[in-house]
Amino acid sequence: MLSKKNIQLNENGELHHLLAIEGLPKRILERILDTAESFVGINEREMKVVPLLRGKSIFNVFFENSTRTRTTFEIAAKRLSADVVSLDVARSSTSKGESILDTIANLSAMHADMFVVRHSASGAPYLIAQNVAPHVHVVNAGDGRHEHPTQGLLDVFTIRKYKKQFNHLTVAIVGDILHSRVARSQIHALTTLGVPELRVIGPQTLLPAEIERLGVRVFTSMEEGLRGVDVVTMLRLQNERMNGALLPSASEYFSRYGLTPQKLALAKPDAIVLHPGPMNRGVEIDSAVADGAQSVILPQVTYGIAIRMAVMAILAGATR
Amino acid sequence: MKIAIRNGRLIDPANHVDQVADVFIAAGKIAAIGSAPSDWHSNKEINAQGLIVAPGLVDLSVHVKRGTLATELAAAAAGGVTSIVCPPDTDPVLDEPGLVDMLRMRANAQHGAHLYPLGALTKALGGEQLAELSKLAQAGCIGFSQADAAIADTQVLWRAMQYAATFGFTLWLRPEDPYLSREGAAHDGEVSSRLGLNGIPSSSETVEISRIIEISRGTNVKCHLSKISTARGVEMIRAAKREGLPITADVSIHHLHLTDIDIGHFNPNFRLSPPLRSLRDRDGLIAGLKDGTLDCVVSDHTPRPREAKQVPFGEAAPGATAVELLLSLVLRLAESAKLDLPDALAMIGARAAKTAGIAAGTLSVGVAADVCVFDAGAYRHITEASLKSAGKNTPFMGYELPGVVRATIAAGHIAYEQAS
Repeated sequence: MLSKKNIQLNENGELHHLLAIEGLPKRILERILDTAESFVGINEREMKVVPLLRGKSIFNVFFENSTRTRTTFEIAAKRLSADVVSLDVARSSTSKGESILDTIANLSAMHADMFVVRHSASGAPYLIAQNVAPHVHVVNAGDGRHEHPTQGLLDVFTIRKYKKQFNHLTVAIVGDILHSRVARSQIHALTTLGVPELRVIGPQTLLPAEIERLGVRVFTSMEEGLRGVDVVTMLRLQNERMNGALLPSASEYFSRYGLTPQKLALAKPDAIVLHPGPMNRGVEIDSAVADGAQSVILPQVTYGIAIRMAVMAILAGATR
Repeated sequence: MKIAIRNGRLIDPANHVDQVADVFIAAGKIAAIGSAPSDWHSNKEINAQGLIVAPGLVDLSVHVKRGTLATELAAAAAGGVTSIVCPPDTDPVLDEPGLVDMLRMRANAQHGAHLYPLGALTKALGGEQLAELSKLAQAGCIGFSQADAAIADTQVLWRAMQYAATFGFTLWLRPEDPYLSREGAAHDGEVSSRLGLNGIPSSSETVEISRIIEISRGTNVKCHLSKISTARGVEMIRAAKREGLPITADVSIHHLHLTDIDIGHFNPNFRLSPPLRSLRDRDGLIAGLKDGTLDCVVSDHTPRPREAKQVPFGEAAPGATAVELLLSLVLRLAESAKLDLPDALAMIGARAAKTAGIAAGTLSVGVAADVCVFDAGAYRHITEASLKSAGKNTPFMGYELPGVVRATIAAGHIAYEQAS
């Protein structure tokens, strides 16, 4: 029987794998954010490299394609002086019928210290974490519609940068909650960090069953949901959601749930707008908002490097 | 072969027997209970002091494949099971009389559990063209089923019911709407939302129960509903039975113990079909079992090769190996749900046999000698090595469970005996 204990933490309660935000205590989230803060400075220097992970081997294993996320993990690893190898498994071995565990076993034989894993199936990083050697660390870089913990962390890092404290904020997450691993990670991160009011906004077809049990208020009207919020996170709406009966069309979706300057005016005047990217302009977000003064979408990308450096450094035990 | 089972606590719910008594077996039948027939000489004596002697268990859902038939029948015997009903999703599908003959012949050669096949209701379980039901019945099929496949076309389902009713055949239907359950991996609720797994709503079951009940009403066909998983489904069956419709139903032992919360961190051994549902559903199933709305408990034995479960949850093949655990899990249920032992045993004995219309599940003098001798007070540790089945995929791996089978007798043969 597989253990039901939190396999992300070691026996001393320290982070051993980063698989999900759910189940992580506040002290660990805050440590990651504080560590990332120290790396922001490094990223702004002329010489952007520190020797914290010299001699460590990090394998980026992407069973599902993602150039952006993979690249930010690569940059983060290189800035920590690790040896990093990226494998686009989606186009190689598994398409020849090799199982996930066989792929990981082969890479383990090359003395990996850390795997950064993306997979289209929810839970795949757990399977891997349960089957690697005890000294090997696993970072979830997005699994199915389950979680994308480093994205959730960089989102809350960005929010903290602009809003300083979490304990007075009202945050709204808008759009395709059902298929979004970003939404789940952000919900768990924000509730753990003490955000008093967290809202999700979307049509019923894009809201998961019993989502309110995760500690959120559900709104189907964007106008009502945005009223008075400090932070708006817009989620990407993938084109394939127009097939089937989830939504009639992109333009109808935009008319109801697209973030326009008019709708954003319902939020607090100093509200910030986040988007995990890549954006679909004119589907979930109007360009005037995406490029506007309240958008923090590009800073999110910058902070993403610092967050991933922090996670890798903490996992490898290179920080105190 | 003459066998005497001495000094055991004989529990035969169908005959309202629960007392210490000797059992005498000769020529494959129960020869006497209590005192030996005249001129009795045993070939074998089993000392059942402190043990329970019960009718061999009847399991109405055991999936078998051609390659592993012998192994799985041995697993059944090790679990005290002497009668199994196998759905038609064998390999190949049981949609021709010759295939049924062959399967039964191969099973009989094992001298283990009796195998009662269900024939395919439609050719290749395709849900379109009726299989040759009368010929399949003559070959020994006790009913007709789609296994876990659906009949999406309501007109085909209606015709199948009319045709089956004409000849008094029973349909064994698994109520699951194929559209609502499409691509689903877990019960649609808080757990699937947290884990990001595709949900299978409760309505996938209740919509189909409703469809079956409404169409069957005009035909008066006998329907057995397999593997009920929702509390609402139990309510609907309760109402249909009250109305007098010829409907019976079973529930898998897993759904009486587990809920979707037990999936934990994506453990693929908890991927079942139907999916594990909510606590409320589990309570509704137990209540339905107690009041007779659900007629019996099945193992839904589905052994899978290791690699079928060494994948992410949503990609794992559903099902669990279970025929060897059925007795232990029912004993555990008796404890947790406060059932009398004879009532609990009837759910995997007399009640199951009556539901399937097969002669089994009692220890009356003159019936085929199917007997299970077990120690209800002993515990067993579930490990891969402890399971005879080719499948090691069980949610209960690592558990300590009550009930150790000491001997299983099928039609007067020793089918299993625990090494002493």
